[in-house]
Amino acid sequence: MNAPADEPATRWPATKWPATKWITRLPFARTREADARLLPVVQFAGPMPWVIAIMIALTVVAAASALALRNAAQSARSELEGGVTVQIVFAEPDARNRQADAALAALQHDGAVRSARRVAQDELNTLVEPWLGTRAGDDLDALPIPALIDVRLDGTATPARLAALRTALQKVAPSARIDAQAAWLVPVFRAMAALQWLAAGLIALLASATVFAVLLASRNALGNHRDTIEIVHMLGGTDHQIARVFQRSMAIDAAAGGVLGLLAGLIAIAALGNQFAALGSGMTAAAVLGWSDWLLIAGIPVLGTVLSVLTARLSVLAALRRLL
Amino acid sequence: MKRKTGITCQFHDSAASMNQPDPEIVHFDNVGLRYGTDREVLSDVSFTLYPGRFYFLTGASGAGKTSLLKLLYLSQRPSRGLIRMFGTDAITLPRDRLPGFRRRLGVVFQDFRLVPHLSAFDNVALPLRVAGVSERDIARPVADMLDWVGLGDRRHARPATLSGGEQQRVAIARAVIARPDILIADEPTGNVDPDMAIKLLRLFESMNRLGTTVVVATHDLHLISSIQDSLIMRLDKGRLHDPTGALRYPPRRSGPAGQP
Repeated sequence: MNAPADEPATRWPATKWPATKWITRLPFARTREADARLLPVVQFAGPMPWVIAIMIALTVVAAASALALRNAAQSARSELEGGVTVQIVFAEPDARNRQADAALAALQHDGAVRSARRVAQDELNTLVEPWLGTRAGDDLDALPIPALIDVRLDGTATPARLAALRTALQKVAPSARIDAQAAWLVPVFRAMAALQWLAAGLIALLASATVFAVLLASRNALGNHRDTIEIVHMLGGTDHQIARVFQRSMAIDAAAGGVLGLLAGLIAIAALGNQFAALGSGMTAAAVLGWSDWLLIAGIPVLGTVLSVLTARLSVLAALRRLL
Repeated sequence: MKRKTGITCQFHDSAASMNQPDPEIVHFDNVGLRYGTDREVLSDVSFTLYPGRFYFLTGASGAGKTSLLKLLYLSQRPSRGLIRMFGTDAITLPRDRLPGFRRRLGVVFQDFRLVPHLSAFDNVALPLRVAGVSERDIARPVADMLDWVGLGDRRHARPATLSGGEQQRVAIARAVIARPDILIADEPTGNVDPDMAIKLLRLFESMNRLGTTVVVATHDLHLISSIQDSLIMRLDKGRLHDPTGALRYPPRRSGPAGQP
């Protein structure tokens, strides 16, 4: 539009994002050469690519967080799914050891038990160290720390299986207490699920904000080109011909914004990933993204572009329907 | 370039058989038009346009000429009455069929309505591009048309750099490039010198001879008198005067269209 008035018209449709011109060859953004010459390159609101870039970047971070949380929860759940802890709570050390040995033997002969292992005294010491100090459990008489048996069941530790295990151990180790390991982490799993829903909600809000931004930009662009659109209509141009020009421009802007947003989002994910990796915690260590997650994240700019193009097309068609 | 066949074939058939009445191309029956709640700008307008005829629309300023032309080129729907165009009720015509009808019309707007960001060449090529004609088939006829209206050397110029007369010639070239069935021109020679006015009128006449129905709104009596066999539609305060009934029942021609 700023070209000199006498300049040959062969240079357009130009775009200020030439690197993303390939997008116009995709089916949803394809425009016939003749259609592309009906209107000038529709400049949506100047910051449109940047708005889309911000939306995509935030969506990428939210999606990556949701996926990492899901992976961490799944990893913890599968690890703890068949996990059962048997505690022999008895003050007298010898009797406690006898019951623990008997319980271990019984568990190892139980068909529903995949593995059973008595937790060594050193590990017990490490577990209580934060509260009771170094090697507190070594003095068996002074501090009766329960004997622990770490059990892995075949399949999930359901209440029925726990009850059956209790009945079986009652005879050989009357002081045994049996708990499913997953039960301890239920509040954590709930919190993680809530965070995943929060991320999904954020993504939905960002998508809505993108739709509204595109709607406003489309209306603005329609207003700027109203005279030309009327002329094209009078010459027999169809709504779809005009809409194709708008959706093409939107495709270019959205693709440019999408690429920028993806890059920004990836940088943010890398920075956050490094921070969490430094924590060294078992739960955060499991919060990694698999190749399918990365594929999904890479698809976000494409989905954003399709959403923007569809929104532009539908809003332009709706506005054109109001003209005769 | 493709040539639309529907009306043209009907026209040639009827011209070949002089005993058959000409099929009507446009029919207005008791048409009224008002903008908003104002008084009617057109009242009880009834007339019929036949293929291959040349019509002049005259009347004082404010008589309703431009409003009548807007109804003709389907940019406005009437408040009442019946309009048939190409044998179809144009009032109840679904929106998605309007482009097909509009492509059969060529319009020269009073204010030219050129697309400002397009060159003269692209403005003239616009109806062909809208109709889906390939770029290969566009270049030659558009260049020839621009040469014919004397703007061959201004093909890359944008409207803002053209004089009023040059813009009007581009507008006329755009209106006739697709060889429409009906050519509608609102004061088409208002901004050109007398020689160019006659030249443009001869272009309209040539198209008329090829079967295009021409409707020219003008105040210029000299222009009106220069076309033989033309019919005059005179509007006065929104009402069409047809004292002889020639607009409803035009005199039969003695030969093929356009040839006395």
